[in-house]
Amino acid sequence: MKKSKLGLDFEKVASAKNLAKSIADDVQKFVDIYTTVTVERTCCRLIGIDGIDSNEVPLPNVVVNSIHEKGLLNQGVLYYIGNAIIETGLNPQQIAEKISTSELDITTLKFNPLDKIKAAVDPYVQQCIARIKANVAKRNEYLNTIGEGPKPYIYVIVATGNIYEDVVQAQAAARQGADIIAVIRTTGQSLLDYVPYGATTEGFGGTFATQENFRIMRKALDEVGEEVGRYIRLCNYCSGLCMPEIAAMGALERLDVMLNDALYGILFRDINPQRTLVDQYFSRVINGFAGVIINTGEDNYLTTADAYEQAHTVLASDLINEQLALLAGMPEEQMGLGHAFEMNPDLENGYLYELAQAQMLREIFPNAPLKYMPPTKFMTGNIFKGEIQDALFNSIAIWTGQGLQLLGMITEAIHTPFMSDRYLAIENARYIFNNMKNIGDEVEFKEGGIIRQRAAKVLDDAHKLLEDMVNEGLFEALEKGIFADIKRSKTGGKGLAGVVTKGENYFNPFIALMKQR
Amino acid sequence: MSGGLYSMEEKDFDKTLDLTKVKPYGDTMNDGKTQISFTLPVPCGDEAIEAAKQLMKKMGFENPLVVYFKELTKGFTFVNCYGSCTHTVDYTTIHVPKVESTVMGMKETDEYIREHVGRKIVAIGASTGTDAHTVGIDAIMNMKGYAGHYGLERYDMFETLNMGSQVPNEDFIAKAIEMKADALLVSQTVTQKDVHIKNLTELVEMLEAEGLRDKVILVCGGPRISHELAKELGYDAGFGSTSYADDVASYLAQEMAKRLQNK
Repeated sequence: MKKSKLGLDFEKVASAKNLAKSIADDVQKFVDIYTTVTVERTCCRLIGIDGIDSNEVPLPNVVVNSIHEKGLLNQGVLYYIGNAIIETGLNPQQIAEKISTSELDITTLKFNPLDKIKAAVDPYVQQCIARIKANVAKRNEYLNTIGEGPKPYIYVIVATGNIYEDVVQAQAAARQGADIIAVIRTTGQSLLDYVPYGATTEGFGGTFATQENFRIMRKALDEVGEEVGRYIRLCNYCSGLCMPEIAAMGALERLDVMLNDALYGILFRDINPQRTLVDQYFSRVINGFAGVIINTGEDNYLTTADAYEQAHTVLASDLINEQLALLAGMPEEQMGLGHAFEMNPDLENGYLYELAQAQMLREIFPNAPLKYMPPTKFMTGNIFKGEIQDALFNSIAIWTGQGLQLLGMITEAIHTPFMSDRYLAIENARYIFNNMKNIGDEVEFKEGGIIRQRAAKVLDDAHKLLEDMVNEGLFEALEKGIFADIKRSKTGGKGLAGVVTKGENYFNPFIALMKQR
Repeated sequence: MSGGLYSMEEKDFDKTLDLTKVKPYGDTMNDGKTQISFTLPVPCGDEAIEAAKQLMKKMGFENPLVVYFKELTKGFTFVNCYGSCTHTVDYTTIHVPKVESTVMGMKETDEYIREHVGRKIVAIGASTGTDAHTVGIDAIMNMKGYAGHYGLERYDMFETLNMGSQVPNEDFIAKAIEMKADALLVSQTVTQKDVHIKNLTELVEMLEAEGLRDKVILVCGGPRISHELAKELGYDAGFGSTSYADDVASYLAQEMAKRLQNK
């Protein structure tokens, strides 16, 4: 391991990782027993079921509901569809269409042996795997030909609420120097237990994540990427009640970055913990396979809890998220573990603490492209001071080698970014990233100084927290309000009705295939 | 693009402050100096600068100066401008409705409630509708509060419930009935396409339909909310971005006391 600039105790780091692993293993034991409605809808999408019925209900919902209504979802949707393929000679999409018009009930057909059913589904599974592999190859081809921007990747959001207007904003941002474009979803989509269909031109604070919108933006970013000679990554959000479905859509349409964090959904969207941890596992398997960098949502803890006092909860959560991602077969290089620059600007030496924490995370997760989030809580509407807050944030990013830099906007807390806000933010970041490029190579931190002490303390506190959690487990920790000062019960929140214990015939071939790589 | 380091303009205007004719102040009374920036959807070039200047004139600025311009992307030009505002306002006739209460500290408020209300005030809060932001309601209600101003949870004389974000108005009202709430606190952060107005109006209508409107103190808050807007929408008070828990707590204490007196 590279020498620590902070004098970090790497034995303690290893011990903390072990504790986190044990917490994650515990969660995984639970996850393995269950499936959910969105996991099953994801299987539908992956074998080619798409479109909507006459009431605009997505066909994956139609199919899964038709089985779940009868209490039969424990066998998994692929079991019924595979059997229906044999019995009807139709393909999955045709089967879904017939279910939607009530011409077909796939739960009452004659049932074939499981091996035969698996064989009937297999061609569609292979087709999907091949399509996602081709997307990964296409991305690599771009990276090998036109290349990419240096890290930290400059990451900005577009949020006009209209996908076509978003395209204009996104292409402008790419021309100004952005490397990652995140298309903000409309407020409330995370609580929909379905994924809307088609291109959308409305929404509040963003527009819907739909497969068509993914396609529109992907095409636009490829165009502008070729123009500026830099691959432009596309980011969306697979959090909420449809985590794996959106991961699947992203894999099929070559998204590059996905917000993907069950803990975020539990804490900030009050989604049932059991439901979303099961969903998260499959979504991370898909993201891992598709070469998607995930972003975890620890930064959000600090919008409700205090960034100075609760810094160790961010580290603890990053450690758990790392282990959960490893269990889903995700390479470290795709783990955009989250943290944020959210301390009160009035705090004396706050910059030193922020620097200590960013460097600490860099050293604890040396291969992860850390996702660093800008100041938001203490952005006031004084855009002139905000520009300085963002500059301090950017300086720490280049200093400590952050991976994904979500740029702060001077108009944070005022409105969704104007085109000019984004330009000013990118100009700020590029100035600092260039002007301070190698500062991290030049500076080590003083033994016994404020920065080293801060890093050691946060690591200590995180270690203690994980020790407590090992005995209790993640679910109990959530019930006690350990993260973000928010308490969530194991049986509370949205979506529990969509969780089902797997039955004897259950199979989901994607998990093994995607984890093999 | 330098306009010169020093202003060489003649300053032959009246430099005495007249509150009936107030205009912006740069470095000399009544110079009207204003900074403004915007983006025009036109290609970068002399025509874009001229367009910005003409627009500034139409906005009522004299001597418009485009001090910086930059093409953001093809067909869009960003400008920073300065100009002298020709318009004035009569400050002496301005009346802004305000929450009429004296702001007290936490202990003082608790004491005031003990004396004038004689029991705890039950207050429930939520970020309602599809709004997922809890920053505002947390700042007012949570123990920790915001920027050193403790939230209502920490007050002895408030019984509180913070329902968090994305709370449907139906659930909010149901909880208010269940807890026999004296005060309802609604936070709205997302304001795109005036979604907050719709949501706030809906809550008032639903409370009226339930016959509850007069039985509770109804308060809303958020970065784009003013007391004036709140009154217009049928709320008792509104708190904007510079309000803290003390402001809300003091108001609730005094309003409760006032209502008890008038009974």
